[in-house]
Amino acid sequence: MGAWLSEVGGPLSSGPPSHLSGTETEMNQHVTAEIGDPVAVEPAGSQDVVRLVDLKRRFGATAALDGVSLTVKKGEILGIIGRSGAGKSTLIRCLNGLERPDSGAVFIEGREIGRLGERELQPLRRRIGMVFQHFNLLSAKTVEENVALPLKIEGRPRAERTARAAELLQLVGLSEKAKAYPASLSGGQKQRVGIARALAARPALLLSDEATSALDPETTRSILALLKDINSRLGLTILLITHEMEVIRSIADRVAVIDAGRIVEEGAVWQVFADPKSEITRSLLGGIRPQLPPEIASRLAKGEGAEIILRIDVAGEAARRPLLSELSADVPGTFRLVHGGIDHVQQQPVGTLFVAVPGADAAHLARVTTFLKDRHARVEVLGHVAGPV
Amino acid sequence: MSPVLFELLIRSIWETVLMTGASGIISLVFGLPLGLALVATDRGGIAESLWVNRILGAIINGFRSVPFIILLVALIPVTRLIVGTSIGTWAAIVPLSIAATPYYARIAEVSLREVDHGLIEAARAMGGNRWTIIREVLVPEALPGIVAGFTVTLVTLVGASAMAGAIGAGGLGDLAIRYGYQRFETSVMVAVVVVLIVLVCGIQWIGDRLVARLDHRD
Repeated sequence: MGAWLSEVGGPLSSGPPSHLSGTETEMNQHVTAEIGDPVAVEPAGSQDVVRLVDLKRRFGATAALDGVSLTVKKGEILGIIGRSGAGKSTLIRCLNGLERPDSGAVFIEGREIGRLGERELQPLRRRIGMVFQHFNLLSAKTVEENVALPLKIEGRPRAERTARAAELLQLVGLSEKAKAYPASLSGGQKQRVGIARALAARPALLLSDEATSALDPETTRSILALLKDINSRLGLTILLITHEMEVIRSIADRVAVIDAGRIVEEGAVWQVFADPKSEITRSLLGGIRPQLPPEIASRLAKGEGAEIILRIDVAGEAARRPLLSELSADVPGTFRLVHGGIDHVQQQPVGTLFVAVPGADAAHLARVTTFLKDRHARVEVLGHVAGPV
Repeated sequence: MSPVLFELLIRSIWETVLMTGASGIISLVFGLPLGLALVATDRGGIAESLWVNRILGAIINGFRSVPFIILLVALIPVTRLIVGTSIGTWAAIVPLSIAATPYYARIAEVSLREVDHGLIEAARAMGGNRWTIIREVLVPEALPGIVAGFTVTLVTLVGASAMAGAIGAGGLGDLAIRYGYQRFETSVMVAVVVVLIVLVCGIQWIGDRLVARLDHRD
């Protein structure tokens, strides 16, 4: 289905037709570079770094986790999004045993960690790097010492620690700050140190606990770019939790939406963006998906009107067609684009268009909606407006 | 001031420095681990054990509530057991240490408790055990407070050592009472007060400088 956008012109043409089809799988290839030791023995055929089975955890009367099942595949970036108090933090803390679930099982690289004692968990935690919202750098140690700490805990010799710290500081672009103390760094620099530290012991999994929530938008972008870069260059599996859809959109391959301790929706990021199933997902997407401007929305009426406003959602193949020009060729009448556009999520076009069509004739409207639905666009009649908007 | 009195003053300074220094070091050696134990065994601590915490807390409170002059006398049998005598400078170090240790434990506890819990969690997430957390996180992060608290303890010990004159320990306080007060030697009194001021200021100054060098927090 071709590139209908470029033919319509106007504000929509900002999104160039994508040359890529299919999901972004390049990331999942095993790019075993300097980081990423051969992964410990796994059961044959298992590529799941994390598998959660029906996790439950209560704090008093509230269920922080109410039956969460989830898998994280090797090499992918899984984003878990939810409002504060949805259970995200409890979930991520269950993965390295900082939190014990009341019931259910946590498998890390095929190994159940629920039965492990604190002492047995310690070597396992070294396979899992963690990045924190408030960085959690030790103020009494230099940047270099902070980065090398996981190796010191592992009992590696000093020379190896120093070399590794230097290598990682170069990776995150902070080589010149090796001897500085964290207090002298900016928030973004602190988080880069946090990421370098999380990578020091060559983990199989990186957990990111709201890593960008304390940072300004520009710094957030650079930190997310760094995480994405690490994921693609080193093939490192990343699980991140956030309350910002923008974070998911920037770097995640898959997203799981958590609400009241349950996973309410899960899927490829572009698909969830294109067709959010749950109310909570729609609400979380609210800020970054096009909405009908309030001044138009307030004029919508149920009954008769000169024009009808349609909401058309398209994604993937449907969004690559010259849909509006096909529509005007097939169904006579004028179609006016009121608001919206095409966005690209994971190189997939995802769009929402608000289109005004002449509203007098019910049969005409039926033809329009049938035409669009036949081409895999989702159509919603929002209402009538008296005059041009 | 006569040469005899001057010699006495010099000797008293040394006795005070010895008592303060020795009992200070002992209170550091025992008080810091006690402070760590209080923080570690408390609710949410790295070795939570509320019973141990309560018992430790009760013992520390018990020692801290006894006035020092009473402790000095009450501990005479203990002192005799440890030092072999209950009289003199060395004998005074025992009750001074026993009084200063719980005092310092509480001060260290406050500093250790202020270490951000997120840092402990980060060390745990790295696979660190309790000992790692103590060595790499709790003590280094609380070090400015630990040193500042030690300074306060030393200054308190300078004052407390004056009372040790009651068991013949000598020291500046003893000199001031026996010569300056009881024999109306105003020059001795003035000299002792000046020396004490210099001593306390010196300890405080060194402590403050050390804290400033150790503190890398924002």
